[in-house]
Amino acid sequence: MSFRSAVVTFPGSNCDRDLAVALEKVSGTPALRVWHGDAELPEKLDFIALPGGFSYGDYLRSGAMAARSPIMQAVAQAAGRGVPVLGICNGFQVLTESGLLPGALMRNANQHFICRTVRLSVENSQSLFTAGYEAGQALHVPVAHHDGNYFADEDTLDRLEGEGRVAFRYAETVNGSRRDIAGILNEAGNVLGMMPHPERAIEREHGSTDGRALFESAIRGLVEA
Amino acid sequence: MSQITPEIVEQHGLNSEEYEHVLKALGREPNLVELGIFSVMWSEHCSYKSSRFHLKKLPTSAPWVICGPGENAGIIDIGDGQAAIFKMESHNHPSYIEPYQGAATGVGGILRDVFTMGARPVANLNALRFGRPDHPKMKHLVQGVVAGIGGYGNCVGVPTVGGETNFHSAYDGNILVNAMTVGVADTDKIFYSAATGVGNPIVYVGSKTGRDGIHGATMASADFGEDSDAKRPTVQVGDPFTEKLLIEACLELMATDAIVAIQDMGAAGLTSSSVEMASKGGAGIRLDMNKVPCRETGMTPYEMMLSESQERMLMVLKPGREAEAEAIFHKWELDFAVIGEVTDTGHMVLEWNGEVVCDIPLAPLADEAPLYERPYVSAEEYKAWAKVKPLGDVPESTDIGADLLKLMACPDLASRRWIYEQYDSQVGADTLQKSGGDAAVVRVHDTKKALAISTDCTPRYCYADPYEGGKQAVAETYRNISAVGGKPLAITNCLNFANPQRPEIMAQIVGCLEGMAAACQVLDYPIVSGNVSLYNESKATGGGSAILPTPAIGGVGLLADYDKSATIAFKAEGESIYLMGREFWAAPNPVRGHLGQSLWLREIHGREDGDAPPVDLTLEKNSGEFIRELIEAGLVSAVHDISDGGIAVALAEMALAGGFGAEVEAHPDYSPTAWWFGEDQGRYLLTVPDVTAFQEQLAKGTRDADTASSGVRHIGTVTGDSLFGVPLAKLRDANESFFREWMEQ
Repeated sequence: MSFRSAVVTFPGSNCDRDLAVALEKVSGTPALRVWHGDAELPEKLDFIALPGGFSYGDYLRSGAMAARSPIMQAVAQAAGRGVPVLGICNGFQVLTESGLLPGALMRNANQHFICRTVRLSVENSQSLFTAGYEAGQALHVPVAHHDGNYFADEDTLDRLEGEGRVAFRYAETVNGSRRDIAGILNEAGNVLGMMPHPERAIEREHGSTDGRALFESAIRGLVEA
Repeated sequence: MSQITPEIVEQHGLNSEEYEHVLKALGREPNLVELGIFSVMWSEHCSYKSSRFHLKKLPTSAPWVICGPGENAGIIDIGDGQAAIFKMESHNHPSYIEPYQGAATGVGGILRDVFTMGARPVANLNALRFGRPDHPKMKHLVQGVVAGIGGYGNCVGVPTVGGETNFHSAYDGNILVNAMTVGVADTDKIFYSAATGVGNPIVYVGSKTGRDGIHGATMASADFGEDSDAKRPTVQVGDPFTEKLLIEACLELMATDAIVAIQDMGAAGLTSSSVEMASKGGAGIRLDMNKVPCRETGMTPYEMMLSESQERMLMVLKPGREAEAEAIFHKWELDFAVIGEVTDTGHMVLEWNGEVVCDIPLAPLADEAPLYERPYVSAEEYKAWAKVKPLGDVPESTDIGADLLKLMACPDLASRRWIYEQYDSQVGADTLQKSGGDAAVVRVHDTKKALAISTDCTPRYCYADPYEGGKQAVAETYRNISAVGGKPLAITNCLNFANPQRPEIMAQIVGCLEGMAAACQVLDYPIVSGNVSLYNESKATGGGSAILPTPAIGGVGLLADYDKSATIAFKAEGESIYLMGREFWAAPNPVRGHLGQSLWLREIHGREDGDAPPVDLTLEKNSGEFIRELIEAGLVSAVHDISDGGIAVALAEMALAGGFGAEVEAHPDYSPTAWWFGEDQGRYLLTVPDVTAFQEQLAKGTRDADTASSGVRHIGTVTGDSLFGVPLAKLRDANESFFREWMEQ
């Protein structure tokens, strides 16, 4: 079967091409490109990806304005129907701002933009996105963000942990995130937001291929489903 | 009645002689709008009036050069119908006044120079010079500049992959912020700036025009007085979000064939873009100033023409293509306005409220532009003025390991991790080598090719000997590119000097340029674009302090297959370490083991004495070719050029990058100090996994007598976890300590 994925471009997105390239390299099928001003998504999508970047220049709050783009209503509806949605970096910020994921991403604790490859641990290896990993597996994946400091209140954090919705945790000090959370799932498990960039860890040339299994998991899960 | 008084002329930075030329060019007195236009076009920044005469000495052509200096950026052929487009530019004066915005808009400006020619920008680099770290303003300046570069580059989604940073008290009152952008275009989709086609519409796109940055180019053409803070309103404010939209919109329109010519509005904004486009096309131009999109109400034509508001472009479209272009710019939520047309009058005519407010003949504006052949002192007189002491007696190092530890911790060699981790170095997912190695390596998207890019200059060499220093700056980029396996193709430059009206400073300019020209010639490595920044001296810090002469060079090379490349990191225990360079160990020579102007002498003994190390350009070329052959043949596992701090520091950097120590031995005919810390040029360190295969390759002999002068000498083995008796952990900690302690205290 062919794998129909779409990458949404907001004004200021800058990892949209990289994400589309990663999806194509792993799935063998080109990703569709969707403009933020469109009211509707292409039909019969298997996968929706919200890329990194600086949508609307991070003005107001990172992700806040993109979350109100026309396309996000369609994304929310698709997510509600169970279509997998992956938000990376600014995409994660858009997901929290649009209420598809709980919590918020605040300025990094050291106040600086941080770009480097970090160690992650896989916390939940049962989800659609992480089934290709072992629980507790250590990954090397780059981060590149200014606002990656994950915050949620204690009750929410406890619930996320209790429900196995923490997908990835930093295995080193990075940005001040509560409980070192790097990526979380929604209740249904079909929406994943994460600050690290798995699309930058796909090929040997990237120095790490640890991001590849995330896309492979999703594709395999969908093909088998 | 004349409205132009001598005071007004002076405020516009024109001297009385230059004003006479304005009168001659115009054949009458200018009005204020016209005077403003002359003043910015004839500023040092736009007219190169002090440097033009000497810039002509630089070699600018090679079979692979598609476009040399004179356009927005230089262009070289990288095969398969693709071109690399690149340039480096200064934003020194604004960055000292307002470091965040100064540096940010420097990045924005150089990006526009590159994408205006049709390229998608793929890499940014920055060459930065700061004053002494304990200067009261310096921490603030470093933090601001780094945050500004990151804030802009990260947002537009162009990876910042390399650069260099130096500290020296000569920059206390005048920091240098030089930004370089490299882009990639298809050779059949390159855009130039010559406006042609009478009646073709002139279109303004991007941001609206505000009152910011008026007279920025004039400011950048004068010394700082004691009131530099009062000039803050002349610094522009950048909006990288708009720039990102502008890049995408321009590239989308460029994919069609609607554009005749395009140019960004950089220094001197609408004035220089419209004048240059019309002059290059041999045409005239008519603009209706009422149609210029303005951010504020009540702006006058004078303000509109001199504003340096950012993120704006000027285009000439083919007739009838306006609607198609407008739709693209509106999709990206950018302003789009037809503001005039190309004419055949040879004049720039500006209309406002139905009246002509400016009418300047373009040819005299260019032809009458001042050109100064400023006087300069001889090399001998310069040397006496510069007061560089002879090297004299140099004490022997008592502990190589302890000295190395100090060097690795000094501001000029300390790890730049604090800086480069604030830059997104990987967006685009094509960065193969980023900061920390010899050259940045960026894959050409969807190919096996890669660009190798490096910025270099050693200002202390340039000060001690401008000619050798100029050669060295070019040669070092050549070496760094060769060290990763790239074939060096061409350079851009950013020539930062102090006041050219002083004959000693002029001697620095002439010496450096002549040295650069010699290096470009021998290395077959032409200059395709560049920028000149003069008057980098300041009375603000007390005393007329001139910067060190700093001709920053940005080199670009090509790797045909990036699988055949090298990094600096030691790869495996037991590999042999070789030194490659002039085969001088056979006959010890007192000028080898060069400690004059070395970092060791400065950091350990506080002396900036001696001659700069001479650069043998023939050797440089042969060694570079030799290294590239070894990399291509897969016979070397790591390569590192030897520069600041000599062999010892190069070894330490290889060890820290790879996590392996080494055991090494000096040549018995040299003092250990000269051997380990000497800064002789044209040398590399390499590691060899298979010594037999390596020897076989060497035994195949040399191509000619020149190559024979390049030799290799075994100096040790990769092993253990220490170097010169210092544990790597301690070395690493020393290397990381400077920025950590400075920024966190």
